[in-house]
Amino acid sequence: MPIPDPIAIRHGDRLALSRALTAVENNQPESRELLSALFPFTGQAHLIGITGAPGTGKSTLVNQLAKNLRREGHPDHPPQVAIIAVDPSSPFSGGALLGDRIRMADLAGDESIFIRSMASRGALGGLAHSTASFVTLLDSAGFDLIIIETVGAGQAEVDIASLAHTVLVVEAPGLGDDIQAIKAGILEIADIIVVNKADRPGADNTARALRVMLEMAQSQTSGPQGKHISKDPCVPSTSAKPATAAWDPPVHTIVATEGKGVQAVIEDIQRHARYLKGSGLWRQKEATRLRRDLEALIRDTLVNQWQQRRDQDQFEQVLADVIQRKYSPVEAVEKLL
Amino acid sequence: MTEKTIRVLIAKPGLDGHDRGAKVVARALRDAGMEVIYTGLRQTPDMIAEAALQEDVDVVGLSILSGAHNALVPAVMEKLRQSGLSDVKVFVGGIIPKPDIPNLLSLGVYAVYGPGTNTQTVIEDIHQATHKPTD
Repeated sequence: MPIPDPIAIRHGDRLALSRALTAVENNQPESRELLSALFPFTGQAHLIGITGAPGTGKSTLVNQLAKNLRREGHPDHPPQVAIIAVDPSSPFSGGALLGDRIRMADLAGDESIFIRSMASRGALGGLAHSTASFVTLLDSAGFDLIIIETVGAGQAEVDIASLAHTVLVVEAPGLGDDIQAIKAGILEIADIIVVNKADRPGADNTARALRVMLEMAQSQTSGPQGKHISKDPCVPSTSAKPATAAWDPPVHTIVATEGKGVQAVIEDIQRHARYLKGSGLWRQKEATRLRRDLEALIRDTLVNQWQQRRDQDQFEQVLADVIQRKYSPVEAVEKLL
Repeated sequence: MTEKTIRVLIAKPGLDGHDRGAKVVARALRDAGMEVIYTGLRQTPDMIAEAALQEDVDVVGLSILSGAHNALVPAVMEKLRQSGLSDVKVFVGGIIPKPDIPNLLSLGVYAVYGPGTNTQTVIEDIHQATHKPTD
């Protein structure tokens, strides 16, 4: 397959874009060159992450968000929306059933919406390894909003927090008591919390428990802003606190299948973007993300380089010595590197 | 690592009310290591071609029980061609009377499967259809 043309991608050639996504996903050598050529044109899009447990209604919410976001902005230039929907790969066969499009049938026929399903291919953080590169391609292709729907996530799948500008955590009534809400993990990364299926009993209780939990968090710390940035050892924690007021994650109750409450969520997504830009956090998130990407790339490159030049016989010999307890694994590493 | 995972779109054009067969095939292909995109019921030929383009699939499987295959299949093939997807392989499954099969094959469909087809046959045919000759 020929390398997709970067100029065609920037000019909105959807087939070229789609083929480029495949090349990146399969880690074809030419795709690195392509990503480098397109990188200067990125940094424009608002990246919106949608996460939450399986069955809470993430895909249905994405369908509503995309449909309604298309009506925002200038009527002559409504925003272009891309959706990356990640579903899990089978750990046994490596195959995947990607069913998020079923809930997004309303979006078919709108040429300014591009939906791509993605299998996680063994990655564990709720995204796939190449999701960030997908964002690079879609951003350079001129999409104003990129919605990233994660794998149905429980408590540890928080990679989306370092990729997206705005993270929505979708909850539904009846998934657990308020202790679930206090546990560490997915709620800590929420910029906006959405309680879906508000027509079911218990939705108000769920929303109330979440609000109480958020108030507790705020009374103990100076605020949730920069919460997943200040933990980064490379960023001094003082610089993570902007001069402006803290962002209090709002809790919305919605019925996604009917579109009820969705407009208020959209207004908060836009308010969050303004907040990030006004407080300087937008740039800071970007810097943190690129730092992580760069570090990960260096790590992968060094490992590859080492694997290419390692002496297999020496490696097997040292391994045999480790098995016989002649040296510890730590000493073995010193011998091999 | 540059191994290529086969991506398949399973689509139901037309007004069929149930999709059990499509789900059985989707599940079997998943278990064979393929990435299967399932779009649900009542898809138009336009929607199918657009999904095939956005998802960059290697294969499209059309499940048709309604008897409208002689209208739907040519429409889907034409939309795929217009979208620049002539290289995408297409198979059809469902209730297709024998006399109609040669016509579907002449449109470029590589296989037509009726009730009782072994899913292993479907899998092997996909591997064969997507095997790219070394050029």
